[in-house]
Amino acid sequence: MSAVSATQAPAPVPVPAARARRRRARWYRQPTLLVGLTLLAVILFMCYGAPLLTSFNPDTQNLEEPLARIGQYGHLLGTDQEGRDTWARLLYGGQVDLRVAVIAVLFPFVLGTILGSLAGYFGSWVDVIVMRLIDIVVAFPFFVLVIALVFVLGTGEKSIYIAITAVGWVSYARITRGEITVAKRQEYVLAAQSGGLSSLRIIGRHLLPNVITQSIVYAMSDIVQNMLAIVTLSYLGLGIQPPTPDWGTMISAGQNFLTTQWQLTTIPGLAVVLTGLSLSLIGDGLADLLRPGTS
Amino acid sequence: MSGPLQLEVSDLRVQIAGQHGVVRPIDGVSFEIAPGEAVGLVGESGSGKSLTLRSILGLLPPEATVTSGKVVFNGTDLTQLSQARLNKVRGRRIAMIFQEPMSALNPVMRVGNQIAEGPRIHLGMSRAQSVARAVDLMRRVGIPDPERRFRAFPHEFSGGMRQRVMIAMALSCDPELILCDEPTTALDVTIQDQILRLLAQLCQESGTSLMFVTHDLPVVAQVCHKVAVMYAGRIVERGTVSQVFSRPMHPYTLGLLRSAPDVDRPDQSLVPIPGSPPSLIAPPSGCRFHPRCKFAEEDCKVSEPPLRLLDAGRATACLHYEQCLDQIGADT
Repeated sequence: MSAVSATQAPAPVPVPAARARRRRARWYRQPTLLVGLTLLAVILFMCYGAPLLTSFNPDTQNLEEPLARIGQYGHLLGTDQEGRDTWARLLYGGQVDLRVAVIAVLFPFVLGTILGSLAGYFGSWVDVIVMRLIDIVVAFPFFVLVIALVFVLGTGEKSIYIAITAVGWVSYARITRGEITVAKRQEYVLAAQSGGLSSLRIIGRHLLPNVITQSIVYAMSDIVQNMLAIVTLSYLGLGIQPPTPDWGTMISAGQNFLTTQWQLTTIPGLAVVLTGLSLSLIGDGLADLLRPGTS
Repeated sequence: MSGPLQLEVSDLRVQIAGQHGVVRPIDGVSFEIAPGEAVGLVGESGSGKSLTLRSILGLLPPEATVTSGKVVFNGTDLTQLSQARLNKVRGRRIAMIFQEPMSALNPVMRVGNQIAEGPRIHLGMSRAQSVARAVDLMRRVGIPDPERRFRAFPHEFSGGMRQRVMIAMALSCDPELILCDEPTTALDVTIQDQILRLLAQLCQESGTSLMFVTHDLPVVAQVCHKVAVMYAGRIVERGTVSQVFSRPMHPYTLGLLRSAPDVDRPDQSLVPIPGSPPSLIAPPSGCRFHPRCKFAEEDCKVSEPPLRLLDAGRATACLHYEQCLDQIGADT
C-alpha cells in the first residue's frame, strides 16, 4: 500500500526549470572542454598579459647580448641572434598568431555558411554551381593552395585572410549544405513557407539557427588549422613579416642554432602545439555539449 | 450555392515522376468553398488529400508538379501566380495548420516570436505592435499566462498547447481561409475535442472559411458543413455532412462509415473495407474502387465514371449508387 501511494504521488517537477538546470550543470562537467578552456585561458593570459610577465620589449635589439643562454643576463629564455628577448617575443608573438587565427576563421565561416545554405535550400543549379566550386577547391591540398595564393597576393596579414577565406569556406559550405538539405524537409519549414515568408527569411531566421552549431564546432578545430597555416606561412617567410614577433618566424630563425640554442626553435613550437591542443579539446567538448540528444 | 465562391478548385491534376513510372496522386479533383463555410476532405492515407491541400498554396514537394487545373481564390488563379505574389497570399489570406504541432514549430524560436512574425511581415506592424498582437492571440486561443509564455520555446509546451500556438499563428493575419491538415490526429481525444471547438468557434466569430483534411469521420461531422470523399486521387462523393453521413451514395463512403465506430449505435459491428488502396502507378481500370466494391458490375470495370452532379449540391462517381441507398434501407 505504501509503495503504491509513493508511486502515485510524484513530486511535480516543472520540466523547463529542470531542463535549464541540467544544461547549466552540464558544461563544466565536460572534462575535455574544461581542460581545453583552462589551457586556453592560461595561454591567453600569458600572451595578452605579456607586459606583466616580462619587462623586455620584443623588438628591441641588443647586439651586445646575442644568443644568450637560458637565464643569461636576466633573459628567461635567452636571446636570439639579434639579442631580442625570446620570452618576450614568445608572448607578444602569440598575440599576433592568435588574433590572425581567430579573425581568419570568421571570413570563411560567413562566406561558407551563406553559400552552403543557399545551395542546400534552393538545390538545382545553385547547388550545382556551389558544389563544382567546392570540387575545384578541394582538388588541391589545403596548404598548397594557401601558400600559392599568398605567394601570388604578396605577403602580409591581408593576404593571409584572403587566402584562408578562399580555401577555408569549402568546409563550412559543405557542413551547412548538408544540414540544410536535411532540415528543409522538416515541417516547420513547410509551415514557414505556408506563412508566406520569403526564402531568405526562412533560411536566416528559421533554418540557420537550427543548423549553425555544427559549423561552430568545426570552427574551433578550424582555428587550429589556421594557426598552423599562419605559423607555416611565417616559417616560409610568406606570413607575418619581421620584425613583428610571431611563432613561425621564431622557429625558422632559430633553427640555424638548434644544436646550441635549442630553445629558440623548440619553445615556440611547443607553444603552437599547446595552443592547438587547447583549441582541439574545446572543439571536442563543444561537440559533445551541443550535439543534440547526448548528455 | 448563393454568392460568389471563395475557393474553386477545378480539375486539379498533380503528377510525380518517380523511378517506377509516373504517379498521379491527384487526378482531376474539383471542389469549392463558399465564404464562411467549413469543408471536409476525407479519405484513406495516400488518397491524395494532404497533397490537394498543399497544392492550393503551391507548396508541393519539388518532385511533384501541377499538370493541369485551376485553383481560383477570390477570382485569382493561384497556380499562375509568381512566388513573390503567392507569398502575399500565404499566411496573409490563406493560412495553414499542420498535423504535427511538434515538428511544425521551429524548435529554437520563441513561440511568441513565431506568432508575431506573420503580422510583422504581412501587416507591416512594428515589433511592439506585433508582440502585443501575439499576446492577444495567445490569450484568444486559450494559452494561460500569455505574457510569460510568449518567451517559451515549443518544447516547453504540451501537444495541445502547441496546436493552440499553431492556430494562433494561422489566425495572426486574419486570413479568409484556413487549411487544416489533420490538425488533431496527433492529439488525445479529449484535447482533440477542445481544439476542434476552439477552431470552429474562432472561425465562426471571424467568418473565416475552413478546409479540413482528415481521415477521421467524427471530426468532419463535428466541424464541417460539407464534405468531399477522396479515393485514389479523385473525389468520389460530395455533399453536405448530414446528407453524406446519413445517405452515402458511394460504396467507398459507405465502407468508411461502416468501418468507424458510431456512438449512437454501439451494438453495430464494424465492417472493414476489404483489400487495400490501389497502386497509383497502375490504377485499376474503370472505377478505381471496383476491386474492393461488393456492388461492382461489369460496366464498373470498363469506363471511368465521372463525378455526376445530383440535386441539392450532391455529387457521386458511382454508377450504381442506388444500391448503397438500398443497403442502408435494408440495414435499418
